[in-house]
Amino acid sequence: MAELVAKSPCDGVLPLEIGSVAAREEDLGVITALLPYRAQGAALSERLKAAHGMAFPSPNRATGKAGARAIWAGREQALLLGPAPDPGLADHAALSDQSDAWTAVRLEGEAAEAVLARLVPVDLRGSVFKRGHTVRSQVAHMAGSVTRVGERAFLILVFRSMAATLVHDLKTAMEAVAARG
Amino acid sequence: MRITCPLCGDRDRREFYYKGAAVALDRPEPDAGAEAWDEYVFLRDNPAGETRDLWYHADGCGAWLEVRRDTVTHAVLEARLAAEAAR
Repeated sequence: MAELVAKSPCDGVLPLEIGSVAAREEDLGVITALLPYRAQGAALSERLKAAHGMAFPSPNRATGKAGARAIWAGREQALLLGPAPDPGLADHAALSDQSDAWTAVRLEGEAAEAVLARLVPVDLRGSVFKRGHTVRSQVAHMAGSVTRVGERAFLILVFRSMAATLVHDLKTAMEAVAARG
Repeated sequence: MRITCPLCGDRDRREFYYKGAAVALDRPEPDAGAEAWDEYVFLRDNPAGETRDLWYHADGCGAWLEVRRDTVTHAVLEARLAAEAAR
């Protein structure tokens, strides 16, 4: 029997540290898409609170904390990051396991905002984009998700097939920001 | 050009995909007759002024939007969820 070894999406290309900014891969655990059935949003939120301790996030928001987080991921959908989903959630929402479908990168440092300003066409400055805020937008030319998880830290998600492209674009932006001193 | 997505807020045009006139929201009944269907499938207005389009927020929330805009001034007047516009 062949020994199959699971590799993470950014295996071999991260971590990266340039100037004041570091990019490293995050192991988020289980990733589940939650898509509430019609008129089941409130019931799903209650069930989510009871089972995993966070409400269903409203648009552009994330709930929970590191280890068990729910981030808004589009119209009537959210991603549950961390725990295996409580089976009861399936009463109110369609669930799909996307654990292997996403690349997750934590971008952290003094100039992280300046790096993202070169890649994301949305204002992510701390004065308007605070901890617990999230956006679905572009990261360079890729569809992605950006969430502020700390004062100087962001969680970036793109599709797994885009891992190397994301790292390339992050590296280019980090180098350009660092070159300005 | 910027479009205010009802879910995401004010966003750059590059996040959106343009579909065309918002006729799909007014699909005739199957038995509406040849004339209504001919108009639905083939006939389009080409207004100098206000128009209604469908846009897809492809790199954002994934919602279809009905956008009212002015083809003369390029002003975007309103954007709402197509799901609401179709109700």
